[in-house]
Amino acid sequence: MPVSTSPLLRVEGLKTHYFGFGGSRVVKAVDGVSFTVEAGETFGLVGESGCGKTTTCHSIVRLLSPSAKIVGGRIELEGKNLLDLSAREMREVRGRRIASILQDPMASLDPLFSIGNQVAEPAYYHGLLRGRPLHQRVRELLAAVRIPSPEKRLKEFPHQMSGGMRQRIVGAIAQAGDPCLIIADEPTTNLDVTIQLQYLNLLKELQQATNVGLIFVTHNLGIVAKMCDTVAVMYAGKIVEMQSVRGLFYEPRHPYTKALLDSIPKLGTKEPLYAVPGQPPDLSALPPGCSFHPRCAQAMERCRTEEPPEVRDNSGRTTRCWLTQPQEAVHA
Amino acid sequence: MPEPLLEVRDLKKHFRVKGARLWNAPGSVKAVDGISFTVNRGETLGLVGESGCGKTTTSKLVLAAERPTAGIIAFEGRDIAALPDGQLRDYRRKVQVVFQDPFSSLSPRMRVGEIIAEPLQAHETLSRQELQSRVSELFELVGLRPDMARLFPHEFSGGQRQRLAIARALSTNAQLIVLDEPVSALDVSIRAHIIVLLENLQERLGVSYLFIAHDLAAVSHLSQRTAVMYLGKLVEVADSLELCTKPLHPYTKALFAASLPSHPDEAREEIVLSGEVPSALNPPRGCHFHPRCPFAMPRCREDEPALKEISPGHTVACHLY
Repeated sequence: MPVSTSPLLRVEGLKTHYFGFGGSRVVKAVDGVSFTVEAGETFGLVGESGCGKTTTCHSIVRLLSPSAKIVGGRIELEGKNLLDLSAREMREVRGRRIASILQDPMASLDPLFSIGNQVAEPAYYHGLLRGRPLHQRVRELLAAVRIPSPEKRLKEFPHQMSGGMRQRIVGAIAQAGDPCLIIADEPTTNLDVTIQLQYLNLLKELQQATNVGLIFVTHNLGIVAKMCDTVAVMYAGKIVEMQSVRGLFYEPRHPYTKALLDSIPKLGTKEPLYAVPGQPPDLSALPPGCSFHPRCAQAMERCRTEEPPEVRDNSGRTTRCWLTQPQEAVHA
Repeated sequence: MPEPLLEVRDLKKHFRVKGARLWNAPGSVKAVDGISFTVNRGETLGLVGESGCGKTTTSKLVLAAERPTAGIIAFEGRDIAALPDGQLRDYRRKVQVVFQDPFSSLSPRMRVGEIIAEPLQAHETLSRQELQSRVSELFELVGLRPDMARLFPHEFSGGQRQRLAIARALSTNAQLIVLDEPVSALDVSIRAHIIVLLENLQERLGVSYLFIAHDLAAVSHLSQRTAVMYLGKLVEVADSLELCTKPLHPYTKALFAASLPSHPDEAREEIVLSGEVPSALNPPRGCHFHPRCPFAMPRCREDEPALKEISPGHTVACHLY
């Protein structure tokens, strides 16, 4: 892969496993994931539940549950490996360099603190602002996420807001520390469609204004089509295909990506849907060979025994599939 | 000629609520405020709208779990409010439901075979053997192995549980199944399984669906006709494909504009609605949608538009037409 100036975030060969029952049961939730995110880029991470997308995000900010361990790989933010940092140094990164927007705004806001307090916290904690300028900044942030009458709202509490407004407050908090990377983990799943559109447009605008990198985790391919520049499709802890968003929609290469695209109903047509046979696999008992082969319509003998490596072609697209192996395969 | 199975006329459900402050007079939430629709035999009617618009209250009224404040629900031509008890029981047998969350709609303490047999036991007298063979049939009908009947719900995945819920709804030879967001809680690939299953079942058994969801693409895929609901009222009813290609009401247009593109270069006019759905406790005067409507006229603030038929089978409630 071309190594030019170091990208904003580079994840290389990340492996995060969960250890249960004293280590006798290992769940390889993330198993060798590599990708890069540039400043101002929106990187989509798509997959079904249990494919490891959320664990990938939690690994980046190193907020994993005690049973999970990062057993390999590197996570470089602006060239610095986050995995080498101490817990204290890591606290400096969270909220200030990397901010998160999670799915449920009610769970990420503290019901006992006022909105103003919570929006101010990152800027205060990281020693950026105090007093009047801080107050001013909070008002700006609330105005930036279109909270009407921010002066009044910042004295209110989360329960006084609607779902869409709460999620916008979380967006304001994410912006408060001036991060260079925002991780949005299914931020609009709990919102209604018209509110979802408002929120997605707002995120786009904020991104254009501040040039942050955005990692967008979702299972909704419509959101990917609207928001993302580059997309990685995850299946059973691995990225099975990664390429530009147009490439993914017009020229999907991995059978799983194709199946996903064919399984969503499209507006205005009644084309029959393709239902991928079978279930997403149990991560603690993965099938041998390619994890997708039991559900794959094009599975060959080789897929059952040998795992396909991640292959990158000249235009930077990667796939993990025996069908797409070029003659002069360059291993990533 | 389609034969109407369920006809709903001017259905209303108002809930009394206490005043916001101690001294305020009690108000009422007009959850469903005068809606009319028809579900034909063997057809699917989609009902879309955002949260709080009254979709779920409508489903409860149709299931006879709530009594309407006013209006008529007629099933096979007979008003269900006037049915004697015995026949209301029969109505409940013929009208079944599948809920959104298959994790809370199946009892964790019962074997799934018992769960599916329960409606049969409640409505019919069958010998143990008959019961067992019926349950096995139902398992096969929804694509599960009959020997799974001995398992408990926690041993099934979300998609399989939704299959169980569908089997339970079908167990009493239901003619109408109310599907209340049946695929929203499922993964993308599993969603397609359930939609395909529902389509096949309709083809084989001729069952009708009232499909309630907020996912427009899924609704228009599965249903022949779609009704759009906003704050307790229907704003537009049309053939699903026509609604997709020629939405008339500004709210329907906005809903379609807000539904996500199916590929990155899909051109669509973006109508971003300002604000949020107002409270049903104190809906705006005139047309309920006027404060968010980009085409609002002075008249919209005063007059409430009635549903008008614009072209055959396409009705809309808007002063623009």
